Amino acid sequence: MSALPVTLPPFETPWRLPSRGRVGMLALIAGECAIFTIFVVAFIFYIGKSLNGPAPRDVLDLPVFNTICLLSSSLTIHLAVRALEDGRIGAFKMFWFLTLALGVTFLAGTGREWHRLIYKAGLTISTNLFGTTYYSLVGLHALHVTFGAIGLAIVMAFALAGLVRHEHAYRVDVLSLYWHFVDAVWVVVFTVVYVIGR
Amino acid sequence: MSSESVPIIGPIGLPAESERRWFEKLHELVITVDHKKLGAMYICLALSFLVIGGIEAAIMRFQLVIPHASFVSPQVFNRMFTMHGTTMIFFAAMPVLFGFGIYLVPLMIGTRDMAFPRLNAWGFWMSALGGLLLYFSFVGGDGLYGAGGAPDVGWWAYAPLTSTTFSRGHSTDYWTISLLVAGLGTLATGINFVATILSMRCPGMTLTRMPLLVWMYLVMSGILLFTITPLTAAQAMLMVDRYLGGHFFDTQAGGSATIWMHFFWIFGHPEVYVLIIPAFAFVSEIVPVFSRKPIFGYPIMVAATIAIGFISMSVWAHHMFTIGMPSYGNAFFVLTTAAIAVPTGIKIFNWLATMWGGKIRYTVPMMFCLAFLFQFLVAGLTGIMLGAAPFDWQLGGSYFVVAHFHYVIVGGILFALFGAFHYWYPKMTGRMLDDALGKLHFWLFLIGFHLTFDFMHVPGVLGMARRIYTYEPGRGWEVWNTIVTIGAVFQAAAILCFVFNLIWSYFRGRVAGNDPWDAWTLEWSTPSPPPSYNFEPLPVVRSRRPLWDIKHPEDPDWKYE
Repeated sequence: MSALPVTLPPFETPWRLPSRGRVGMLALIAGECAIFTIFVVAFIFYIGKSLNGPAPRDVLDLPVFNTICLLSSSLTIHLAVRALEDGRIGAFKMFWFLTLALGVTFLAGTGREWHRLIYKAGLTISTNLFGTTYYSLVGLHALHVTFGAIGLAIVMAFALAGLVRHEHAYRVDVLSLYWHFVDAVWVVVFTVVYVIGR
Repeated sequence: MSSESVPIIGPIGLPAESERRWFEKLHELVITVDHKKLGAMYICLALSFLVIGGIEAAIMRFQLVIPHASFVSPQVFNRMFTMHGTTMIFFAAMPVLFGFGIYLVPLMIGTRDMAFPRLNAWGFWMSALGGLLLYFSFVGGDGLYGAGGAPDVGWWAYAPLTSTTFSRGHSTDYWTISLLVAGLGTLATGINFVATILSMRCPGMTLTRMPLLVWMYLVMSGILLFTITPLTAAQAMLMVDRYLGGHFFDTQAGGSATIWMHFFWIFGHPEVYVLIIPAFAFVSEIVPVFSRKPIFGYPIMVAATIAIGFISMSVWAHHMFTIGMPSYGNAFFVLTTAAIAVPTGIKIFNWLATMWGGKIRYTVPMMFCLAFLFQFLVAGLTGIMLGAAPFDWQLGGSYFVVAHFHYVIVGGILFALFGAFHYWYPKMTGRMLDDALGKLHFWLFLIGFHLTFDFMHVPGVLGMARRIYTYEPGRGWEVWNTIVTIGAVFQAAAILCFVFNLIWSYFRGRVAGNDPWDAWTLEWSTPSPPPSYNFEPLPVVRSRRPLWDIKHPEDPDWKYE
């Protein structure tokens, strides 16, 4: 039954498909959106339902510096990818390092905020519903920033070893999609936790 | 304008199977990233869990065969229905459908592997680890102090039953972490399907020329991305509650038990479609081939599938009518539930229209598909009954509901799946499943199915609640429960017959050849079983039935599409 030599008609137009890296990353982002939606819904549902203090208004400050850091890192990673696409390796390394530094600054800022909340304000994850939902949502986002920062750090290590070249722009671009997503989620978390919830 | 020739050749360069030692073969399975091996491994994993879950169901049925039975203790009974549900949904049904998809999708779209082969392997091993964790609870569920504490909170694990107050020991933790781990593997598989189908198609395989199976797996994966993740999120919240003292579902601290129900069913209802859409996919491939006609209304089938995908995400609270929602909430979920019957009905009519006027061949796969059509229709009708809120207030949480969803899952999904086994087994192994055994399996299972699940509706209407351990005599439930259990015996015999057939035919079955069914999709152009690279030169297609074009060069499909 094997070896049926078959003749197929010629194919009409050039064959183009979307890149699997981008499609895969966008699918991951779609799934992550659903995870964050559930946590955001839980946060909103429980606003004002805590039976005991402390209340958000008493303990939360607007993390303005943190927000500026994270949002501007979206710009720097975009510039880094653009630089690599143009083959400017030095500029790529600089912007990439800047992105990583901004991401780590954000994480450090979150750590400082949590330290203050836990030791000064006495708010832990088991204190009340606000504590449970706040630490879960902000923690879930910080976990994603951490994953992203690990990815950035790996690329940075490769770049310092001189292994990231112009032809890797596509892969770096896929990673940058994830970073943009993490930044966009922060806009939602910031609005929900620090603006609506306060 | 040159013509391309596509020679179909056999595997090259590998030593014969018998020359290799068994542990080399085992090692190869552990490290493999080949979609065909992983697909087959998914199917084998799922079949073993299907047998385990079936044994758990049989234990429940024997407990309920007569009133006041004490075949097992109430504690064991609770563990059995929890483990049966969890096993069947997460470790039997999903892996077996993923297995078929992972095996068939790359072959059908004419490529050599999934988009991310290593992610594919990761997904499989996460599922296997999840199953292992779930069953390890039988040993480790009570920690060091005692063995034998499997989860007993029901497969939907309503709060506050899962809180540390009411679920002591670690059995619920094993349940949670097992679903969390398997959920991540499932997310990986969903991402992989989407990327494979959108980015790996062979030249000419436009979206409108993809086999319907591929379309339906694409829609299923889309649903998966948005629905398995809420479950993962809810499981993470449950772990925060149980381990870190959080209050998400802690009613004592102002938390809500209802929000767990919402989160669970936001996953839980689309999950039904995650399971049934692959069953639709099998039927959509099998019915045309054995009716000798192309599928009727291809674009409408695609549109109906996508419509089901969207609507399925807006119906979840019809599982929760009995909690007492406001009337506009009830009305919304009644209407969306009724709306989903429309695209589903379109599909049934399209399959009927495909058969209409066709030269139907009554092979075993076709018989299973015909039974599927009838039974899925009945399941859909009881679904519409339960989707009406006042009816649900009366019968929600009764055996009527149990009968309804088993009609969907067994009568619909499992029948289509058996059809798929008979249809693609020759491609996967190179040998046909035995026809006589297959027919015996079909009739035994058909009789067993109808004895069990037709008659299960009746005690439900008479007021028998689901999950009860035993019941008083004299309520009119005895005879129905006895019939239901007798049906379970028939089903067990049929499954035994099926498993025997799978093993026997692997060694002794009739050699199948490339294309035993005279089918039209690309997987049948490869040798059976396909070589590890699938296609030597990648195929080029110009219609929805590339093999028809090859077999009938004088009258190819692409002239008409």
